[in-house]
Amino acid sequence: MARRPPSLLRRIVNYPLDWIEERSGLIGGVRYFLFRKVPHDTNWAHTLGSATLTAFIVQALTGAILAMYYRPDPGTAYESIQKITNELTLGWLVRGMHRWGASVFIILMFLHMGRVFLYGAYKYPRELNWVIGVLLLVLGLFEGLTGYLLPYDQTGYWATVVAININGTAPILGPFLVNLLNGGADFGPETLSRFYALHMLLVPGAIFALIGLHLYLVIRLGVSSPPWSDRPAGDAMPLPPPSRDGARAGLVRPGARRRVRS
Amino acid sequence: MEPHRPETPHTPPPSLWPVGFAVGVAVLLLGLIVGWGIVLLGALLTVGFGFLWVRDVVEGTPTAPAAPEPPPPQGIGAAPVPARQAEAALPAMDEEEIHRYPRNVFLEGATLGLGALIGGIVTVPALGFAVLPAFVDQEPQGSDLGPLENFPEGEWRVATFLEDPEHGEVSRRTAFVRHNGDLNGVPSFTIISNRCAHLGCPTQPQGSLNEEDSEEIEVEHGTVTLIPTNPSGFTCPCHGGAYSIEGNRTAGPPVRALDRYEFSIRDGHLWIGKAYSVGEVEGEGKDARIKKYHRFYPGEHVDGIQQILYPFPAPNL
Repeated sequence: MARRPPSLLRRIVNYPLDWIEERSGLIGGVRYFLFRKVPHDTNWAHTLGSATLTAFIVQALTGAILAMYYRPDPGTAYESIQKITNELTLGWLVRGMHRWGASVFIILMFLHMGRVFLYGAYKYPRELNWVIGVLLLVLGLFEGLTGYLLPYDQTGYWATVVAININGTAPILGPFLVNLLNGGADFGPETLSRFYALHMLLVPGAIFALIGLHLYLVIRLGVSSPPWSDRPAGDAMPLPPPSRDGARAGLVRPGARRRVRS
Repeated sequence: MEPHRPETPHTPPPSLWPVGFAVGVAVLLLGLIVGWGIVLLGALLTVGFGFLWVRDVVEGTPTAPAAPEPPPPQGIGAAPVPARQAEAALPAMDEEEIHRYPRNVFLEGATLGLGALIGGIVTVPALGFAVLPAFVDQEPQGSDLGPLENFPEGEWRVATFLEDPEHGEVSRRTAFVRHNGDLNGVPSFTIISNRCAHLGCPTQPQGSLNEEDSEEIEVEHGTVTLIPTNPSGFTCPCHGGAYSIEGNRTAGPPVRALDRYEFSIRDGHLWIGKAYSVGEVEGEGKDARIKKYHRFYPGEHVDGIQQILYPFPAPNL
């Protein structure tokens, strides 16, 4: 049976993909990443991790855009936030997304953590991923702390003063921590710029790196089954037979997804 | 396709050594309060049980034998190989099988060493710049509160002033100032910081603030505001800390009395100086007897048994 030649549209789409694949192997990598085998009895609770990742990406994007208008200086920070909220077109929306998205991100992290805990998905061999997840949680909370100061209103200011002084009550190292967070002996102009740099450069960078590790381990170890599963934890369906269509298989061909998971 | 994964994790058998280790740590912490002998005992227990624990962990773990597997079919169109399998597919090479030439070893060491050196040269100054400025020149130079006539004897003023004019309004601080009359021929002042000794919220005078009679005084650096008040004590709005008129804690979570400021009189002006921490004030007004401590941050004990938790103030280099 002669195969029908692919349509022109399909060839137009496939040509650049093949070109990239031939030189980088990236298409196959993306396919490997997206169309992994997963246990047959995964459910909606397994989507909480991706939801958290989505929330973080929203935070990163809206945050980068807010940084275009925000001024991290004690004299002008509050005014620039007022301007973003009240004057600039759609500023209220992007700031609102960042502000409420922050809570969504934190809540989703906890829900995801709860799912992993209740499903026992932290057990061997996934302990290290739990540890990385806890680091991500701490960094996420630290993002919440540093971001709270940036509007530079009374709430943010005093909440930050109290938070820094809570750190100060740590035994032995407390006084050192206060100076580090304040950028000096007392709350001063350096505190705001320091929090800003931590909030939008250092900590998000660390979060991105750790998310990379987190996903690497998810892919390496596979998704775990629920505790009530009839299969051993993490066992998945067998891989489909190798595709003859080569590199581009799966990315654009309709039905590829069904075939992979069959 | 995936080889059957052993469901038994490579963990050592249960052991009681961690319990001993924890007891050692507890004894060590107790020793910090009781005495150095107990600290030593705790340290010995901790190290001893820690060693036994580590030895158990290391010896109890079976080394996983890497089962060699036939390499999966490779080539265009082959399904991506899971990482675990790809590793297993690598030819097993023993360290001893590879002959290492001295030059090889030298080059490897040189590459790693040079890399570490360059990394250190770049990282250490950057880290120092991130950390050190927060500990250098942190002593405020003192602030002018204006002429002495603005502080009638026996009355309180809520004074706000710039602690460091270079930093601008963000360094505006508040203190409660009372002229106590002369002591040995020199005017005596009680100057209490409004920073709550719990977590640093601003305490308020408990009593009416006479804002109509407030004064704004221009001094060399910025403006000082003085608001007359007649408090019976000071309270904090955040968590309910309450202080007596001398700044001693009377209720709530604060761990010590309110901080105070040193003062001096220069050319008829009251100058506010260094802040210091106070455990508790005995007596009142100019007869108060105060044990001065290095200024600690809110929530840190300066006296009593808990002061051992905060042995070092933040350094000022």
